[in-house]
Amino acid sequence: MPEVVLSAQNLVKHYPIKKGVLRRTVGHVKAVDGVTFDLHKGETLGIVGESGCGKSTLGRLLMRLEEPTSGSVAFEGQDFSGASARDTRRLRRNIQIVFQDPYTSLNPRMTVGDIVGEPFEIHSDVVPKGGRRQRVQELLDLVGLNPEHINRYPHQFSGGQRQRIGIARGIALNPKVLICDEPVSALDVSVQAQVINLMEKLQDELGLAYVFIAHDLSVVRHISDRVGVMYLGRLAEIGEEDEIYSRPTHPYTQALLSAVPVPDPTLRGKREQIVLEGDVPSPANPPSGCRFHTRCWKAQDVCTTDEPDLQPRPDGAGEHQSACHFAEPRAIVETKDVSNLQHDARFATTKVEELSEAGDTPVPDDRSTPARAEAMDPTAEQPQDTTRVVEDPTDRPR
Amino acid sequence: MTEATVAETTAPSDPHDTSDEGEVRSLASDAWRAMRHNPLFWVSAAMILVFVLMAAFPSLFTRTDPNFAVLAESRSKPGEGTWFGRDLQGYDIYARCIYGARASILVGLFTTTGTVLVGGTIGIIAGYMGGWVDSLLSRIGDVFFAIPLLLGAIIFLVSLPEFFNNNYLLVVLKVVVALVVLGWPSLARLMRSSVIQVKPNDYVQAARALGASPLRVIGSHILPNALAPMIVVATINLGAYIAAEATLSFLGIGLQAPAISWGIDISSAIVGLRTTPHMLFFPSLFLSLAVLAFIMLGDAVRDALDPKNR
Repeated sequence: MPEVVLSAQNLVKHYPIKKGVLRRTVGHVKAVDGVTFDLHKGETLGIVGESGCGKSTLGRLLMRLEEPTSGSVAFEGQDFSGASARDTRRLRRNIQIVFQDPYTSLNPRMTVGDIVGEPFEIHSDVVPKGGRRQRVQELLDLVGLNPEHINRYPHQFSGGQRQRIGIARGIALNPKVLICDEPVSALDVSVQAQVINLMEKLQDELGLAYVFIAHDLSVVRHISDRVGVMYLGRLAEIGEEDEIYSRPTHPYTQALLSAVPVPDPTLRGKREQIVLEGDVPSPANPPSGCRFHTRCWKAQDVCTTDEPDLQPRPDGAGEHQSACHFAEPRAIVETKDVSNLQHDARFATTKVEELSEAGDTPVPDDRSTPARAEAMDPTAEQPQDTTRVVEDPTDRPR
Repeated sequence: MTEATVAETTAPSDPHDTSDEGEVRSLASDAWRAMRHNPLFWVSAAMILVFVLMAAFPSLFTRTDPNFAVLAESRSKPGEGTWFGRDLQGYDIYARCIYGARASILVGLFTTTGTVLVGGTIGIIAGYMGGWVDSLLSRIGDVFFAIPLLLGAIIFLVSLPEFFNNNYLLVVLKVVVALVVLGWPSLARLMRSSVIQVKPNDYVQAARALGASPLRVIGSHILPNALAPMIVVATINLGAYIAAEATLSFLGIGLQAPAISWGIDISSAIVGLRTTPHMLFFPSLFLSLAVLAFIMLGDAVRDALDPKNR
C-alpha cells in the first residue's frame, strides 16, 4: 500500500451554542466527533453521508479553515496543529480545496487570470514573476479551458467552466492532496460527468490524492478507491469501494444504499428498500451509545449504552472497518460500478443517422447483482450500463 | 480601480485578439455602465461640476470682491446695479453666493472622506475580526451614535481651543472634525454588515486556504465586494454634511465672519425676512441646489450599484 499523505487522528469539532444576555455556553453542536482515517498517496477517499452529518466540516478541518476542538491532522507525518504560521503556509501548498458552489467560489471582481494566478502571488517563490501568466495559461489548458480567456470574468463562464477554474486554482501549487467539498453537486448531470472525468485525468497526470466529499452515492462509487460513510459526525463504516457498496455491514450504510435509485424499470417494486423511521437526531444532543440506535432496526440494549468502535468486522468475503455491534452483510440492490464498462455504441454519438445502425443491438439485460445476472443467463457477457460519462468536446467557451 | 489596471497590464500583446477581453468588473466600471443611461446622473453631475468650479475658481463667475461693501446701496433689490442685490452690509449677494460654495464643498468633501476612512476602517476591522473586537468597536460606535449630531457638534465646537480660529482652513477643519467624530458610526455599521455578508463566501475561504494574509484577503477579496453600499451612503451624506455645515454656521458656531458661507449669509439675512426676502432667498437657493445635487447623485449611484436592480 502506498505511503500515507494525510492522516486524521480522532478529529473533533464542537461549535458552542450560546444563549442569553451573558452569552453563556449552554451546549455544543458536535459537528465532527472523533473521525480517524488515513489517505494514501494518489488514492481517492470518498466521504458520503446525509446533510448535516459533518462532511463539509470535516473537509474544512482537513483544510485548516477551522481549528479542530481536539485531534490532529498530519500531512506526511508532520502535524498541522502544532505548525507555526510559516509552516502552515508551506503546508497549505500541499493541501488545497475545491468548493461546492462554482458561483460563490470565484471572486466576481477578479479576472480568471488573477484568480488562478493568486496562488503564485501568495507563494511568490513558486513561479518567477515573468512566467506566471504563462503558467496560468498552462493550467487553464490543463483543465480544459481556452487559455486565451485569461482576461475574462467569472460571470462570462458556465457553471461547469467555473468549476474548472476552481480546480485550476486548486492544483496551481501542485498540491499532493485536493479536498473536494461536493465539487459536482451544484452542476447538472452532464456537466458533472465532464468535471469528474477531468478530476480523474488530473489524478492520473499529477498523482493527486482526493478527499471527495459528496452525497451522491453513484458519483462517489465512480471516483473513489475507498469510501467512508458518516453519520452524525462519526464514521459509521469505511473500506474499499466494493466492500462498502457490495458488502456493507453497517445498517446505516445498508439503508443508504437501498435508497439509491436504480435506473431499471424491471426492478420496480422488487427491490427491498429500507425506510428509516424518524429524523436525524440533533448533533447538539446525539444519542448515547451507538448514534444510529434511535433509527436502527437491529438496535438492542447494548447499542444504547456502548459505543461501538470502528474496527475490522467480517463482511462475508473478508473484513473491513465498521462501527456496529451487530455488523453483518445483507444483500441489497447496489449501484453499479460503471468505471470499467464500455460505452453503449448507440449513445456514443449524437448523430441521428447512426442510431438506426446501432438500434439493432439488443438492449442489455439487467444484471445489477451477480446473483440476478447468473439467474438470467450464466453465459451472458458482463452487464452493460446505460449511464455513462462522456467527455463533451463542445464544452468550450462560446 | 486596481482591477482595471491589472487587466490592462496583463492584456495580450496581440492587438488583433480582442475576443478574450471581458467587460471589466471593477466597481467604477460597473457603476459607469449603469449610470451613463441615467438622466438623473447627468443632471446631478452637471450641477456638482458647476459647484466644484465655483469652489475652486470663484473668479470665473464674478469679478466682484465679496468683501467689498457699498453701505450706501445696502438692501438694494436685485437688478438695481447687481444681479442679486446687496445685503445689510452692502455686500454683493451674487458674489457672496459664489464664494460661499468653497466652504460648503470643502466641508462636504473632507467630512465624507473622513467618515469613510474612519468608519470604513473600523467597520472592516469589526466585521472581519468578529468576537470581542467587534463587540467593543460596535459599542464604542453606539456611544457616538447616541449623541445627536447638532447638539454634539455645538458642544464640540464651543469647547475647541481658540487656536482653531486662526485661519480659514483651520476653521473649516474644525467643523470637519466635529462632523467626522459624530458621523463615523453609521458608516462603520454599514461597512461591518457588508463585510460580514461577504466574508463567508467561498472565494474568501479559498484565499484563506491558499495561505493569503488577512491584508490580502481584505484588500483584494472583501473590500471590492463590500464597498458598494458605503459609496452610496457616503455620496448622499455629502449633501447632508453640506447642510450640517450651513446649520452650524447659521447658529454662529461653525464658520464665522469674515469667512464666507451660505449659512452665515442666511443667518444675517434673517433680520430682513419680511422687508428684503431676496437676501435670504439666494443663499438658501444655492444651499438647496448643492444638497439636492449630491443627494441626486447618491440616488443614481444607488441605482447603479444595487444588485437587486440588475
